[in-house]
Amino acid sequence: MIEFRGVNKYFGKLHALADVNETIARGEVVVVCGPSGSGKSTLIRTINRLEPIDSGQILLDGRDIHSRGLDVDRFRAGIGFVFQQFNLFPHLRVIDNCTLAPIHLGRLSPAEARDQALELLERVGLADKAQAFPRELSGGQQQRVAIARALALRPPVMLFDEPTSALDPEMVSEVLLVIRDLAHQGMTMVCVTHEMGFAREVADRMLFMDHGKILERAAPADFFDHPQHPRTQKFLADIRSPFA
Amino acid sequence: MELLENYWLYFLVGQFPNGPLGGLALTILLGAGALLLAMPLGVLLGLARVSHSRWLRWPVTALVYVVRGTPLLMVVFWAYFFLPSLTGQKTGQFATMLAALVIFNGAYLAEIVRAGIQGVPRGQWESAQSLGLRYVSTMRRVILPQALRNMLPSLVNQFVTTLKETSLGYIIGLSEVSFIASQINNQVLTQPLAIYGIAALTYFLICFGLSRLSYSLEARLNA
Amino acid sequence: MSQFDFSVVLTGEFRHWLVSGFLLSLKLTGITWLLALPLGSGIALCRLSSVTALRWFGATFVEVIRNIPLLMHLLFWYFAVPELLPWPARDWLNTHGAESICAVIALTLYTAAYMAEDVRSGIRAVPATQLEAARALGFGFLASMRRIVLPQAIRITVPPLISQTLSLWKNTSIATVIGTAELMYQAQRVETATFRGVETFVVTTVAYLSVSLLITAGAVWYQRRFPVRAS
Repeated sequence: MIEFRGVNKYFGKLHALADVNETIARGEVVVVCGPSGSGKSTLIRTINRLEPIDSGQILLDGRDIHSRGLDVDRFRAGIGFVFQQFNLFPHLRVIDNCTLAPIHLGRLSPAEARDQALELLERVGLADKAQAFPRELSGGQQQRVAIARALALRPPVMLFDEPTSALDPEMVSEVLLVIRDLAHQGMTMVCVTHEMGFAREVADRMLFMDHGKILERAAPADFFDHPQHPRTQKFLADIRSPFA
Repeated sequence: MELLENYWLYFLVGQFPNGPLGGLALTILLGAGALLLAMPLGVLLGLARVSHSRWLRWPVTALVYVVRGTPLLMVVFWAYFFLPSLTGQKTGQFATMLAALVIFNGAYLAEIVRAGIQGVPRGQWESAQSLGLRYVSTMRRVILPQALRNMLPSLVNQFVTTLKETSLGYIIGLSEVSFIASQINNQVLTQPLAIYGIAALTYFLICFGLSRLSYSLEARLNA
Repeated sequence: MSQFDFSVVLTGEFRHWLVSGFLLSLKLTGITWLLALPLGSGIALCRLSSVTALRWFGATFVEVIRNIPLLMHLLFWYFAVPELLPWPARDWLNTHGAESICAVIALTLYTAAYMAEDVRSGIRAVPATQLEAARALGFGFLASMRRIVLPQAIRITVPPLISQTLSLWKNTSIATVIGTAELMYQAQRVETATFRGVETFVVTTVAYLSVSLLITAGAVWYQRRFPVRAS
C-alpha cells in the first residue's frame, strides 16, 4: 500500500533518510524504532508530505505522491496523522476539533459530522468530554481526542509519530490501548514509538532505523529475541534499562 | 471650580446638539471608529505580509514601511489636501482625520497581525494540514482565531495610541479634546495651566485605564 | 490639475525654507536624543531601585507622560508653563526661540519616558544572577549596574531604542503646532505660498522617509551584526 523506492532526504548536510526502500502492505501494523536522530520521525512525516524528499519515490496505492497533478490537501485528508504534541485546536471544543475537517472538506453535513464525532469519542472513551476545551483535559485524554480527530476522515491508513512520548507515564497505557484496538480492527498503521512492550504485542513487523537507514526488518518475536544487526542488538541492550 | 462649571459640557461633547459633536465624545468616537475600520485593513495587510506569494508580500511590505516611516501628521495633510479631489466632495475634518488614522493604523496593525500569526505554534499548521484543510480554511478557522486572541493586549495598546493620535485633529481644526481646550483657553485667557492640565488629566485617565486593562488581559491570557 | 512642477519647491526661497526646516528637524531629533537617553536610563534605574520612593517616582513619570499625547505636552509647555515664570524669564524665553526650547523639553520628556521602558526591559532581560554575582563580589548597586549589567543590557536594548529614535524623528513634526519652524511647519508655509500641494508634500514625504529608512536600515544592520546571543 505504501512503498518507498530509493528515498533520500537531507537536512542541510545531514543525511536524514539514506536510500530507503520499503513496502508496507494493506492492513499491516509496522512499528519503527531506533535511537534519536535515526530518521524515524522524518520517515513517517514524508508519507503525508509534511517533509519533502530530495530523491526517490513514495507511492500510495501505486500512485506517486509527489506527482504534479496531485491535490496535496485531498491526499493528506486520506491519511490520518497523530502528533507527539497532540496539536489539538485550543480555541475549539473537543467535538468541534473532530467535526472541523469533515464539515469543511464537504464530506459530511454538520449533523452527520457530530454523530460521527460522538461515536469516535465513544470509541476512545471520551464521549463525556465532547463539550470540553482541550486545556481542560489531561495529556492522555488530549491524545485520544487527537486520534478520534484523525479517524473522523475515515482514512485507510494511520500514522503515529511517537504518540506517547510527551505523556506522563501513567497516561501512556490509555493511549496505547486505543491504538491497539485500532490495529485489531485491521487498520493499516505505521507507528514510531519507544514503547517496546506495545510493539511486541501489536506490531506485525518491526523496522529498526539508524542514521537514516533501515537496518533490520523482522517480525516482533524474531526482532526482540534474535536481532541480527549489531546496532539493533546494541539498541535493544541499551533500552533494557539496568533499573527496570 | 468655576471653570469646570462653565465649560464641562462643551469639553465633553463640543457644540452638540447645536453643532457637530466635539470634545471627549468626539475623541473617543474617532479613536474607536478608526481602530474598528483599521482592523480589517490590518488583517488583510498582515495576511499579505505572511503570504507565500511574493507578488503580495513585497508590495505590501513596501507600503507598510513607507507608511510607518512617515509622520502621522504628514498622512493627515495628504488626506486633508487630496481627499476632496479624490472623492469629488468637500471632505470634513472628521472624515479627513478618520481616513488618515485608518490608513496609518492599518499599517501598524498589519505588523501586529503578522506577529500574531507567526506566533501561533507550527504544530497547529501541521495538524490542520494533516487533516487536509486548505490554506484559506486553515487560516480562517485555526490560525487567525488563535492569533487574534493572542493579539488582544497589543490591540488595546494600539487603541490607546490611536486615542492619543486623535489629538492631531487640532491642527486641522477638528473639535477634539486638545482643540476644545485651546478654544476655552482663548476665551478665558487667564488660566491656561488649569485648562491644559484638565485636558491632560482627561487623556491620562482614559489611556491609563485602558493600558491597565491591556495589562490584566495579558496576565489572563498567559495564565 | 495643472502639470506638476517640482522646480518651484526645489529652488530659491522655498527650497531654502524646506532645507532649514529639515535641518531644524534633525537638530531637534539629535538634541532630544542626547538628553532623553540619560534621562530615560535614570528613570529606568529608579524603577529598578530598592528605594520605594524612587520606584514610585519612576513609575509615575512613565505612566503620566506616556498616557498624554505629545501634542498636549507641547501645548502645555508652550502655553501653560511660561505663565508660571517671572516676567524676565518669559522675556528671555521669547527672545531666545521659545518654540524650539519648549519643543525640546516636551520631546525630551516624552521620548525619555518611552526609552525608560526600553532600558528597563533590557536590564530585566539580563538574568538576576548576574547582579547577584556582582554584589557578592562586593560591588555596590550602581557599580554592579555600570560594570556588569548595563553592558549586557545595552545589546538587548539597542533595537527598541533604534525604534524609539524613528518615532522621535517622526514626532518632531508635531512641534509645528507651537510654531517651531521645523520641516512640517515649513512645508505648510511653502504650500500656502505656492499652492503646489502635491510637489511640496511629495518632497517633504521623501525627506522624512529618507531619514526613516536610514534609521530602519541601521536597525537591520545592527541585528545582523550583533545578534542577541542566548547565554
